[in-house]
Amino acid sequence: MPKLKLPAPPSNPLTSPKRPGKEYGPSGPLGHAEEAGVTAVDWIDERTSLSGGLRWGMFRKVPKGTNWFYTLGSSTMFAFLSQAVTGVFLAMYYDPSATRAYASIQYINNEVFLGEFVHGMHRWGSSVMVILIFLHMGRTFFFGAYKYPRELNWVIGVALLVMTMTMSFSGYLLPFDQRSYWATIVGVNINGTGPLVGPYLSEFLRAGPYFGATTLSRFYAIHMLMVPGAIAALMGFHLYLVAKLGTTAPPWVKAEAPEKLREDKVTVDQ
Amino acid sequence: MNKQEKEQYLRDYGTLKSQGKPFFPYAVAKDGAMAIVVMAVIIAMAIVLGAELGPKADPTSTTYTPRPEWYFFFLFELLKVIKPPALVPLATIGVPTICLILLFLLPFYDRGPERRPERRPIATTAGIFVVCAIGYLTYLGAAAGPPTEIDIPIPANISSQGPEAVTNFKAGSAVVAQSGCAACHQFGENGNSGPGPALTNIGARLPAQAIQRTLINPSAPMPSFSALSEESPEQFAQMVGFLAALK
Ligand code: HEM
Repeated sequence: MPKLKLPAPPSNPLTSPKRPGKEYGPSGPLGHAEEAGVTAVDWIDERTSLSGGLRWGMFRKVPKGTNWFYTLGSSTMFAFLSQAVTGVFLAMYYDPSATRAYASIQYINNEVFLGEFVHGMHRWGSSVMVILIFLHMGRTFFFGAYKYPRELNWVIGVALLVMTMTMSFSGYLLPFDQRSYWATIVGVNINGTGPLVGPYLSEFLRAGPYFGATTLSRFYAIHMLMVPGAIAALMGFHLYLVAKLGTTAPPWVKAEAPEKLREDKVTVDQ
Repeated sequence: MNKQEKEQYLRDYGTLKSQGKPFFPYAVAKDGAMAIVVMAVIIAMAIVLGAELGPKADPTSTTYTPRPEWYFFFLFELLKVIKPPALVPLATIGVPTICLILLFLLPFYDRGPERRPERRPIATTAGIFVVCAIGYLTYLGAAAGPPTEIDIPIPANISSQGPEAVTNFKAGSAVVAQSGCAACHQFGENGNSGPGPALTNIGARLPAQAIQRTLINPSAPMPSFSALSEESPEQFAQMVGFLAALK
């Protein structure tokens, strides 16, 4: 009895097909390096599926007419990142105790390599960020970008604004020179005049009924842990919504259906 | 916006979006260019303006200027617009809180479908008004430097008491000037007209005892001078004496 040939065993399902144009495998050191990179990215992606999210965020379309005003939001974020990085370097030398804070800042300014420069970037970066956040808010306001369906993004934005101002207020005390000390006392007193929560708020800020030794460390914790963490989280949510809903088109750009789909252009062959 | 207007918006937006360009690389390139500009500005400011420190904080010192960072000036100036003491809480917390709530809730009371600024006259006018008001108040705050000199003619009843009284009066005037009181109070021609009341005739209104009590235990937002009274009672006494002599 003649035997039928056995079917070929299935090819190993775990080897992926060759990339197009690379039938003969990677060639040369450059090819191998490329292959290694692709393999590493594949390895991560197989376990996280991050590439889908990245593609979703990066290759979404921005509407027709998007202009330079739309860069104000990302510049605000960039200024925040600059504050975060310079802040980390300042925190390496800063000492949040009422007796040593001033000396530690003097040390940063006079002894540390590029210390005054980084300190200056942090100080003026705060002004830049405040200006940018107001400009960004103005842009979204005058473009009517807070309307349906982006209401929630506006509300989150206002929360970001309040927290940015809180950062400025709490950071102002940290150098612990005369200006910052007395301005903060007046500022805390002003908070204290508020109805209902005012007295509690100022007592929380001072860490007690009087401005004392623990006030500075409380401001420090607020300034470098509490508020920046909240800002980073809300910023992430803000950006998620931006990608999800898309950015608005400038209000004066009209939506026009593509030419061939317009009703009045359709002609019937006779 | 009613349901129909919402659907219309989403349809139009879909069309505009499909005619747009991908975020990467087009928008990313613009954002990146802007980020470089921001970085350059921050670096330039850090190099040119530096990060000077003032003198060390000293709770007992009498040479301070309670001035916030410039972008809080507009809130500080608001205190000067609203004068009567009973209304101070309104200025300090009330007005900013109301503005903040209005800002938070904006998308919930401005629900019209129109987005072009020139066709939203109320929103656009209100926006421009707020921008101008904040700009003007910031300018006022920047222009009103805290005077550090008080130039007041020596009252007749002081000069009649002999040279020692005159020296004390002058010393008290210097302490008051250096303490930054004039940042919030007016003394004759000197000082800012608020948030605190004018002190030109304070001696006629309050006896020295009451002035002393107020300095140690003031009503907010004024800072307390109790540290000064403990650390250098002499200067504190000169301060009280000077204020009590203003009639
Ligand atoms: C830390 C502060 C903030 C960051 C990093 C930030 C970031 C961004 C970014 C990157 C966008 C994309 C479009 C653009 O850049 O214009 C955006 C959109 C938006 N932001 Fe912000 N933002 C901040 C604060 C605010 C504030 C204070 C508001 C308003 C009160 C706000 C309201 C909005 C709205 C309504 C949109 C949608 C705009 C549109 O679709 O055209 N944001 N934000």
